[in-house]
Formats: sequence, C-alpha cells, structure tokens
Amino acid sequence: MVLESSTLDAVFAALADPTRRAILARLASGEASVNELAEPFSVTQPAISRHLKVLEQAGLISRGRAAQRRPRRLEAKPLAEAASWLETYRKLWEMRFRHLDALLDEMKLAKKSHRKKR
Amino acid sequence: MKNTLQVTARGDREIVMTRVFDAPRHLVFEACSKPELVRQWLLGPEGWSMPVCEIDLRVGGSYRYVWRHSDGREMGMGGVYREIVIPERVVATEKFDEAWYPGEAVGTLVLVERDGETTLTQTMLYDSRQTRDAVLKSPMETGVAASYDRLEKIVTSMPAQGEERESRAS
Repeated sequence: MVLESSTLDAVFAALADPTRRAILARLASGEASVNELAEPFSVTQPAISRHLKVLEQAGLISRGRAAQRRPRRLEAKPLAEAASWLETYRKLWEMRFRHLDALLDEMKLAKKSHRKKR
Repeated sequence: MKNTLQVTARGDREIVMTRVFDAPRHLVFEACSKPELVRQWLLGPEGWSMPVCEIDLRVGGSYRYVWRHSDGREMGMGGVYREIVIPERVVATEKFDEAWYPGEAVGTLVLVERDGETTLTQTMLYDSRQTRDAVLKSPMETGVAASYDRLEKIVTSMPAQGEERESRAS
C-alpha cells in the first residue's frame, strides 16, 4: 500500500522477469555491451534488446556513450527506492501499533464505565 | 522505550515482531480479531482507508483485507486460519493479491499477559531465507551499495510472473 509512484510499479514489473533479473545481476558486477549481455542466454539479440528497453524505461539501467559498444550499466536510484519500500513496511507497523495503543485505551475506558470486569 | 516495536530474525526463514501493550490480553485479542476494531488500527499511511475487513475466525475460515487510497489505488491480502486459541494464539496464512515476495507466508500471533500488560509477538514464516532477508533488512542499516545485494536477492527470488493475482476472497 506504500507504492509511492508509477515508477516503482514499473521497477517491480521490470523485475518480474527472470531474464531481466539475470541481466541486472550481470550488470551489478560492471557495465556490459548488448552482445556481452546476450551471450549467456539462449535468446536472440533482438529479444535481449527488448528486455533492455523495459529495464531502461523503468530507469534501472542506462547506456554509456562509447560509440559502437554503448555499454549498459545499472542505475542506483530506482533500486534504492524499491529497497526503501521495505523500510516503509517496518514504519507502517510502528504506526499501526500506535493506533492500536489508542484503541486499547478507549476499550479500557469503555469496559470500566460499563463495569464489565472479568 | 518500553512500548517499542522490536523486529528480529529467528532461524533462516522467520521474522519476529514484538510489542508490549498497556492492556489486558483479552482486549488485545479482541482488537486483533473483530473487524470493526481491526479496521481502526490496521491502517495504511496517510490517504489509505480500509474498506474491506472480513474475518471468519475459525480454523479453516478465511480473512480478507483491502486498503484503498484516495487516488483509487487498492491493495488486498488475505489468508486462512490454521489454529485459534482464544485469547492467546492465532496461526494464519498470508498472501498479498500482488505478491512482492514468493509464495505464501504463515503468521503466528501470540499474546502473553503479565501484570496487566500484554506482549504481542507476531512471527512471520516465509518460503525461503532470501525472502525473509529481503523483508527484514532495512536500507537504513547499510546504504545504497549494499542494497544492490539485497535487491538482487529479492529479484532472484521473485516469481517469474510477478503479476499473478490470486485473491482469496471469502
């Protein structure tokens, strides 16, 4: 419930494919050209290019300027945002439990006024 | 601080949340199991309401929660009760409609009363260590570089079709 933007949706959608995850894992160890990225997979280069396009649109990778090679590299920010979603999960529970404190106080008062002690 | 939320890892696949409440156990149990009470505290961040809160509190019964944002976004989850001991223990499965972790988690709620205070312990058991670690670790602890490793774990453990929608409407 804390998906903050459509960017985050795009990131998670991009991450939902095993080939694209493998590409990101490869790029985590350094930039690589399209050919280098296609190598370990049994798919065509156009197919790899389509995956790269999805990753690029989600902002997860960018391409370098080195003329022919145009190496792809991993981008830090969207990944960090996806990770901070997990931190939000923790904060969410802190907030919920503070609401529960308030509710329990009300319930205690209500029980007292009704003299319904166990 | 006394009533602080503690989040810790246990074993390979569990997250344990502990919190003390200044109230007797039967009240805490009620607040955790009656829909009209649950929807008062089990909220999302600013802007989210909880239009659906259905609880069929019996073994094999199901529950269903849906949160809605004022901009129209929705998020739903639900599961099935496996064990119920009023007012001290509830075991239930948990799955989000748009799961961001693989498989189904199992949650165990345990309430222990002492001197009028109740310690709530919520244990979540995940499918794998990777999933558990992804849920538990906060980026605050480490920083962006390390969040790569973590994200890689999440990424490699996500289901191939991330968009599977399996609602467990009761």
